Amino acid sequence: MKRRDFIQKSTAATVLAGVGALSLQSFSSSKTKKITILHTNDVHSHIDPFGPEDGRNANKGGVARRATLVESIRKENPNTLLLDAGDIFQGTPYFNYYGGELEFKLMSMLKYDVATIGNHDFDNGIDGLYNQIPHADFEFVSANYDFSNTVMNTHVKPYKIISKDSIKIGIFGLGIELDGLVGKDMYKETVYHNPIEKAQDMSRILKEEESCDLVICLSHLGYEYKNSPNKVSDISLARATKNIDLIIGGHTHTFLPKPTIEKNSLGKDVLVNQVGCFGLYLGKVDFYFEPGKKVASEGVSIVV
Amino acid sequence: MLLIFSCASPKLSKIEGKRIVIDNDIKSDQAIEDYIKPYRLHVNKDMDSVISYAPETYTKTDGKLNTAIGNLMADAVYSEGNIIFNKRTQKNIDFVLLNHGGIRSIISKGNITTRTAFQVMPFENSIVVAALKGTQINLMMEYLSKAKRAHPISSQLQLTLDKNDAVSSATINGEPIDSNKIYYVATNDYLYDGGDGMTFFHPNEGLYSLDYKIRNILIDNFKKKDTINPKQDQRFIKLED
Repeated sequence: MKRRDFIQKSTAATVLAGVGALSLQSFSSSKTKKITILHTNDVHSHIDPFGPEDGRNANKGGVARRATLVESIRKENPNTLLLDAGDIFQGTPYFNYYGGELEFKLMSMLKYDVATIGNHDFDNGIDGLYNQIPHADFEFVSANYDFSNTVMNTHVKPYKIISKDSIKIGIFGLGIELDGLVGKDMYKETVYHNPIEKAQDMSRILKEEESCDLVICLSHLGYEYKNSPNKVSDISLARATKNIDLIIGGHTHTFLPKPTIEKNSLGKDVLVNQVGCFGLYLGKVDFYFEPGKKVASEGVSIVV
Repeated sequence: MLLIFSCASPKLSKIEGKRIVIDNDIKSDQAIEDYIKPYRLHVNKDMDSVISYAPETYTKTDGKLNTAIGNLMADAVYSEGNIIFNKRTQKNIDFVLLNHGGIRSIISKGNITTRTAFQVMPFENSIVVAALKGTQINLMMEYLSKAKRAHPISSQLQLTLDKNDAVSSATINGEPIDSNKIYYVATNDYLYDGGDGMTFFHPNEGLYSLDYKIRNILIDNFKKKDTINPKQDQRFIKLED
């Protein structure tokens, strides 16, 4: 597969010698491309499905079922990413007994690509999180937590860029203010920065400098705080920023039946999604790309 | 440059979003299932190990201002917590205050297992000891008189309300509260940080973190007793006339 890609590109290079690699990629296909983004949030160590007796979530959830679902979607579209918006830890005895080891191992087996960090991921302290990092074959992103003076330094990046079918996807993370939510002795020297400012930096870097085709924010800020409008949420973030295509949220355990469409600071559409908690649902957002055109066509149609 | 310009990057044309429910219509992946199995067996074996026995069923709605289950929790925090606190500081805890909402489950009649402790206390909250002046303790008594809920207190504190819900008497180890004295009050980190409107933990004269989870206190306390025998008593009551 990789070899064929190479041959294709080198043929193109002969014809169009002198053109930058980026533009070449744009020419490599003339058909519609589809990128599928799958996501979870606030799974909270829910590895087993809820039992038939459960009052609220009977027979729902379960990592082994999620694995089957993700695999079938990947079979349908190999250009699929699997993301998590934080609070992987805490909620069942699996966490108390194994400290998050099993959660990370299973997410690795499901081939998660990127996750961000939720407040509960500090529940065994930043050292407890660090100790489980060897079990995670996926990457952590956070643009507004500065881990420089902690053990997590170098284990969390502000953003990650993944290319699928020559579509460049930039993913950055945002975390909630830890003070008042997590004990200082737990998060230690982690420094929290304003998420809106960091999001503005990130979207500029990803869209303008890195020329990403798709910019995704993995957020653990919470969906919306109607009673505290000054508190940063996914909704306020969507309105205050530009160049973000999708905000995948968490923290507030908000069950959105479908993604919310918000207007960004330029009046363009941003999708905000969150799938409740405990792995009861899997979020799925498909992005379709048409081959590059000289003349700008009409806007993006959103079907939710 | 011209070439690059005429060859724009791929253009986003359509977005489709939905959520997919994960339920028993989806078959479990066998490899994942097999991987989880030994972990599950180990957790369940440990969680279901019997550590004590409950002769009755105890719930947090059993009493108006104090309940058997609340008294059990506060007294367990006192006895287990004071072992650690005394060892570290050579001081003793004066009494314990927890919150009614922090009792997350009943204790059912029959065997008590590790799982029982997880059900009663699923959260990770730990015990802290705050050094509080008597004036702050008085604010706490005001709070308790207004809350009129069975917030668990340990047996060293005796609080009596009059028929109008005002504090009639409050004693610690049989002595009235001395405004100038420092008292060592054990509570959980959530309440210390102001949870449930408990603002009286600040200002204080010092804080000691015991790094001892309430759940582990319950487990350790259950293991010391063949049969638990908590009772509703007179520690927090209201005079009816």
